[in-house]
Amino acid sequence: MKRFFPKACCAAALLALSGCSGWQSALDPKGPAAGELAWLIWFFTALCAAVWMLVMVVLAATLFQRVRTGKDPLVLDLASEHRKRRVVLTAVGVTAAILIGLTLLSFFANRTLAGIGSDEALTVRVTGHQWWWEVRYENAQPSRILTTANEIHIPAGEPVRLLLTSTDVIHSFWVPSLAGKLDLIPGHMNVLDIRADKPGVYRGQCAEFCGAQHANMGTFIIAEPRPQFDAWLDDQLRPAAAPTNAEAKAGADLFLQRPCVMCHRIGGTPAGGTVAPDLTHIASRQTLAAGTLTMSRGNLAAWITDPQGIKPGSHMPVTVLNGDELNAIIAYLEGLK
Amino acid sequence: MTGADLTSGRDLRAEAQAKGDLAPEHDGPRDTGMEQADLQRWLERTWRTPPGIIGALSSVDHKVIARRYLITAFVFLCLGGLNAVAMRVQLSGPQRGLIGPDLYNQLFTMHGVTMMFLFAVPIVQATGIYLVPLMVGTRNIAFPRLNAFSYWVYLSGGLFAWVSFALNMAPDVGWFAYVPLSGPEFAPGKRADVWAQMITYTEVSSLAVAVATIVTILKQRAPGMSLDKIPLYVWAMLVTSFVVVFAMPAVMITSTFLILDRLVGTHIFNPAEGGDALLFQHLFWFFGHPEVYIIFLPATGMVSSIIPAFARRPVFGHLGMVLSLIAVGFLSFGLWVHHMFATGLPKLGASFFTASSMMIAIPNGVQIFCWLATMWDGRPVIRAPMLFVFGFFFIFVIGGLTGVMLASVPLDLQVHDTYFVVAHFHYVLIGGSVFPLLGAAYFWFPKITGRMMSERLGRLHFWLAFIGFNAAFFPMHIVGLWGMPRRVYTYPAELGWGNINLFITAGAVVFFLSFVLFTFNLVHGALKGAAAGNNPWEAGTLEWATPSPPPSYNFARIPVVTNAEPLWAERDALPVATGLRVDARELLVSTVAEAHPDIREKSATPSIWPLFAAFAVGGTFLYSIFTPWAIVWGALPIAVTLIGWFWPKGDLEDEE
Repeated sequence: MKRFFPKACCAAALLALSGCSGWQSALDPKGPAAGELAWLIWFFTALCAAVWMLVMVVLAATLFQRVRTGKDPLVLDLASEHRKRRVVLTAVGVTAAILIGLTLLSFFANRTLAGIGSDEALTVRVTGHQWWWEVRYENAQPSRILTTANEIHIPAGEPVRLLLTSTDVIHSFWVPSLAGKLDLIPGHMNVLDIRADKPGVYRGQCAEFCGAQHANMGTFIIAEPRPQFDAWLDDQLRPAAAPTNAEAKAGADLFLQRPCVMCHRIGGTPAGGTVAPDLTHIASRQTLAAGTLTMSRGNLAAWITDPQGIKPGSHMPVTVLNGDELNAIIAYLEGLK
Repeated sequence: MTGADLTSGRDLRAEAQAKGDLAPEHDGPRDTGMEQADLQRWLERTWRTPPGIIGALSSVDHKVIARRYLITAFVFLCLGGLNAVAMRVQLSGPQRGLIGPDLYNQLFTMHGVTMMFLFAVPIVQATGIYLVPLMVGTRNIAFPRLNAFSYWVYLSGGLFAWVSFALNMAPDVGWFAYVPLSGPEFAPGKRADVWAQMITYTEVSSLAVAVATIVTILKQRAPGMSLDKIPLYVWAMLVTSFVVVFAMPAVMITSTFLILDRLVGTHIFNPAEGGDALLFQHLFWFFGHPEVYIIFLPATGMVSSIIPAFARRPVFGHLGMVLSLIAVGFLSFGLWVHHMFATGLPKLGASFFTASSMMIAIPNGVQIFCWLATMWDGRPVIRAPMLFVFGFFFIFVIGGLTGVMLASVPLDLQVHDTYFVVAHFHYVLIGGSVFPLLGAAYFWFPKITGRMMSERLGRLHFWLAFIGFNAAFFPMHIVGLWGMPRRVYTYPAELGWGNINLFITAGAVVFFLSFVLFTFNLVHGALKGAAAGNNPWEAGTLEWATPSPPPSYNFARIPVVTNAEPLWAERDALPVATGLRVDARELLVSTVAEAHPDIREKSATPSIWPLFAAFAVGGTFLYSIFTPWAIVWGALPIAVTLIGWFWPKGDLEDEE
């Protein structure tokens, strides 16, 4: 049941998506921040559309007048010039009033957004890397600090505080159906408070150009009811599952002998690299390579054998493996639930 | 000289001699009382571009240089457009494998860099180089050799960027080149250096043009063209040039700091060593936002030239228009932070920039309302230039209003760096600048070539461009709100952006085709167009007083201005001021505010040295991406060429 729930959510989201907008849309808000913003977008759009229509009507009206040819162009009707001056000044006044109104509106919206967070909230540190997200659940107890990648589980209906930073270039964290974006800047720490009203899977992706694979730097926020979330957290805090059969055992050994171990960490094994995603529970994630591939045996094999074909320029090197070795490593990784 | 009694045939020389200002022994033949045919022969001999290839390369005629600028910028526009079409083909469907990320990132960087630095700024300045001296009634631009130099530097900068692209080493870090992505650690190779140094080339050239334009406008106006009689286009160029002078140094510092970080090992932008990555963004956008107005303000000047010609009356609210231009120029420096709302600024600071960004809509609104009031007096005559002005209203107002949306901090956090922003700034830049430029092309083409462009093709061109543009860019607003970020070389199919992107690509192709048609119309018009005559549109400003194309000396006699629309006020014959020498390149320099004739001043003769100096400067910039020693060694040829450039002529001009 525990495992089934996120998958069900994911499938539901996929179904919803076959419509037009979807799980990554600013117009399809699923949290209070995005809701406030969607309202603001619609309000501005309606007002701007009205202003534009008005200008176009006046412009079109000029086409229905007599052509002013033949007259000396410098001879102007003074009374009409005065009328025009009054109209123009009124229009400028109205413009200024509208702009002041919109400015105030955006101040108030800003205040609403600032009110979403709470200091007691679950705190997750998101660190941007070229081209994946490192996700660390902060906790006062060091043994309960969890590091994972690309998928952020949160309890639904509760505020969550994201601490955003980067170790390489500037990225931007953006899950449009939950909140506006905020940059991850090396040397700075930004704070983004989010809340998902209902359980669900919300897609996001990097919104600041960050190099070759900027396009394939996706993330998922998976909102679950609190009990499921707590269970997930406890699950993830356990060290990696030990390989159960001979093939997986061989895969585990291979993993430690090959360059994989230089970059990746698998909790409970000597693999302790920190420059690439933590693989301790990789098989429990829904996607691979920051939302690029869905998790499956075939995609795991594809990603390991041809990372540069799938994500050209990514920092995952090609590891030369024969068929048996590849099968063994995949068998091992598939067991890392 | 009071200038109060400006009359036809006024003899400056006689007055000057009477006052004892003028020593008679320095005199050559004057235009006073000379027969028209003799006068034109004399002036042609004095002012023409020398024959031969060396002569052509030595030209300092503002019209010759402006033509070169215009053609070069147009070529870059086509190249940048091809970049865009290539990108659109890649994006026409999800997971297209046509173009990989390495090439795609170079494509969008080259598209941005080319359009901003090699097309938009040069072409508005080039139009100014051509038109400003004619509109203010003088014989050549101020500092004509500097002007020639600026073209050669611009050309070498453009070639530098595009040769790099051909060699697969074009910048791939975006036209904004944010650090640390463009820094030494994450952008190995020379690509980011190419970006940084190309900026420096175009900076130098646009600063040079800005200085020449400012001085021409302030000091070389025809007698009587007091501040209130300066055409709005010239006002727009004056404000633009001042914005260039204050904005460009900021990006020059940005690119120089970047080169220093990359080449010399400074850590100005390196957070690990106490530098700051955000500093780059502040410096860049302190230039980057005024840049938008550098491109847009001249276009408003063009609209202010086209509308009165076809609405048959002066622009309503001349003073209000001028004040709006100046207000936009000032305010444009106060809103750069709205490009950085997503960087996590303090709330109060961000709110301040919301207010200032909203405020700039007011002077822009004033301009729109004044144009509408102008046209309200009677239906404007609809010719191709006017059609493009209508297109400008339709498109630019949308761009301006989405700009108001982006000014709101919270709203911006959703749409920043998405296709919504791509749509917004193309509506502003293409609607606000390219459409007026196309209108201006149809409007002033007869002046430049002496021939008319085809009106029928012009209308077809307009509708193709208008429909293609809106089809390509309007849906981008929507796909942006649906969550599609900018600068992605591909996107997953399951996000449902495929169909709308295919539609966008189709629109982009139509828009591109409209430029093919335009090119044909240009060439056809230049070769086979009907003869235009001096003033085909019966417009009111001074450039229409010259023959088409204007002779090398522009005006046989310097006109005297009595009205903001001199040709409407003096329909039979313009009053003129005389007394300038015809055997030497003499200009009339006037006072800043009232444009009283002040002194006669020599204008520089043709010289090959600006070209050599540009070679030396260009070579130094190019060499400097490989080693900092380039600055030391490059100083030598630069010094030599500058000595050649400024070598004293041995005449007595300073004493006159």
